[in-house]
Amino acid sequence: MRIKKKNVGNFETSNLENIILHIFFFLLSITFLYPVLLVIAVSFTEQSSLLQYGYRLMPKVFTLDAYRIALGTGDILNAYKVTIGSTICGTVLGLFIMLLYAYPLSRKNFKRKSYFTFFAYFTTLFSGGLVPWYILCTQYLHLHNTFAAMFVPSLISVWDIIILRTFISVNIPDALIEAAKIDGCSEFRIFWQIVVPLSKAGIATIALFRVLVFWNDYYLPMMLISDSKLYNLQYYLQVIFLNIQILAQNSSAANSTLMQKVPMETTRFAMCVLTMGPILFIYPFFQKYFIKGMVIGSVKG
Amino acid sequence: MKQTSKKKKSLSECIDKFSYYIMLFPGFILIFIFGYIPIAGIILAFKNYSAPKGILGSKWCGLDNFRAFFRTPDMWAITRNTICYNLVFIFTGILFAVVLALLFNELRKGTMNKVYQTIGMMPYFLSYVIVAYLVYSFLGSTYGVMNKTVLPFLGMDPINWYAESKYWPIILFVVKNWKGIGYSSVVYLAAIAGINQEFYEAARIDGANRFQQAFYITIPCLKTIISIQLIMSMGGLFGGDFGLFYLVSMNQGPLFSTTNVLPTYIYRSMDKVGFATAAGLYASLIGFILVLISNSIVKKLEPENSLF
Repeated sequence: MRIKKKNVGNFETSNLENIILHIFFFLLSITFLYPVLLVIAVSFTEQSSLLQYGYRLMPKVFTLDAYRIALGTGDILNAYKVTIGSTICGTVLGLFIMLLYAYPLSRKNFKRKSYFTFFAYFTTLFSGGLVPWYILCTQYLHLHNTFAAMFVPSLISVWDIIILRTFISVNIPDALIEAAKIDGCSEFRIFWQIVVPLSKAGIATIALFRVLVFWNDYYLPMMLISDSKLYNLQYYLQVIFLNIQILAQNSSAANSTLMQKVPMETTRFAMCVLTMGPILFIYPFFQKYFIKGMVIGSVKG
Repeated sequence: MKQTSKKKKSLSECIDKFSYYIMLFPGFILIFIFGYIPIAGIILAFKNYSAPKGILGSKWCGLDNFRAFFRTPDMWAITRNTICYNLVFIFTGILFAVVLALLFNELRKGTMNKVYQTIGMMPYFLSYVIVAYLVYSFLGSTYGVMNKTVLPFLGMDPINWYAESKYWPIILFVVKNWKGIGYSSVVYLAAIAGINQEFYEAARIDGANRFQQAFYITIPCLKTIISIQLIMSMGGLFGGDFGLFYLVSMNQGPLFSTTNVLPTYIYRSMDKVGFATAAGLYASLIGFILVLISNSIVKKLEPENSLF
């Protein structure tokens, strides 16, 4: 399959080609949007109309019932609390530790920096696997069912450290730091009063990356949490979601009590919307930071 | 290179000397705990672990766990699934993303362009839990769009999607690309934007048409970024997107023959500690070797494009 399409600036594209491209991207955008809009639509649909019409983009019968039930249980609000809490803790703490690690790596006069770089980088190449990690977290660190379990294992991201290191070494002139040193500044002061303020853009980018990671994480709770009070949004959603199939398989009426405990279809979709809502609202504003960070990350292996 | 004298007396000067190490310390500890200690846990693959006896107290059993793993009837199916999915994902992922970036680059400047980009990136920000819901809205047996609307429209009977394993390679392929190409293509687009425009002008003066320009300028300039992506992906060849294979398929047993990959298999075998560790070691080790191999291949061909 040949990849060929041309490139170059935008001044060679004829009107016709431009229109065709626009149609193509328009259709593509619809493929991306449609599932999301569908879920949103279903969350506003009357449960009984589902049976007749299935999931539709325009609800046949509009209702807020699903949201009333979803918010009424209080579970979602609790999950929000847990998610926001773990995201803030994980992002702030992780960012601080990673920045501290990245700064020495960016200093040309630090003789041993390649060892520490390799030390971090090696973990992306080889790992001990799921089971040793799990045993470590539960038997030895006793992270099982703790709030810390939601973010501590994921505090460090080696890619983010490397991006930060690159950012610092590119954006903060050595001369500046040397001048501060001559003036008798300690390394900590240099870090805190020069490097950090000047790295705001890089910090913001990595902070966004981290927020996304923690907000969307379902894996840590899946592994380490069984107490429903500690469920975060994604994991709560996952638990509810996987229960649908259990019900569908045992669709005999004997499970009517189960049906009462598990929310109706539309309620699940409402919970889904409540979970993805914040991210969808926020990400367009930070789009360009993500892109910049990703580009630095992909090129600076 | 500054030579710090070893005869410093004041405390602040001593701290300064070690300050880099102090700064590295928290990160170092965390990386050590969560990255290196589990590597030590690999000995579990060689032991017959029982929780009361702990790691040290459990008996050695040599290669028994490995033998058990390689004798598992599903093992080849799972390895095949893992490798095939990953290879297809890697190559189509890069292919589609580059094509998309090239196409997007052709658009004349306009306001819609930004909109396309924003919408294109959106799936990346959704977690696989959400994506699983989105897929469910299509494939749900009773209410899903496919069974309620599309198939009846085509005059076909409803399909129990979550019970038929044969459809899932395609489903997972579509979902994976749906989620990834918007974002990846933006990365390649940014790389394309960084290419020196003078190359193109010179080419146009020499009479190169659009395809030639793409083939001889754009693609070669993207070689570095593509080869780095490829090498890194090789390391994950025996891994896999856990969320994709576990959540989107709703963990349905009947689908395992086409949705079970090494990571999900290891997760599902976690109660057999030694066994699962052996499988995990198998995956990690091969991934590591693959990275080394692919990196040295790239090094021999085009040294600047290699990872290390």
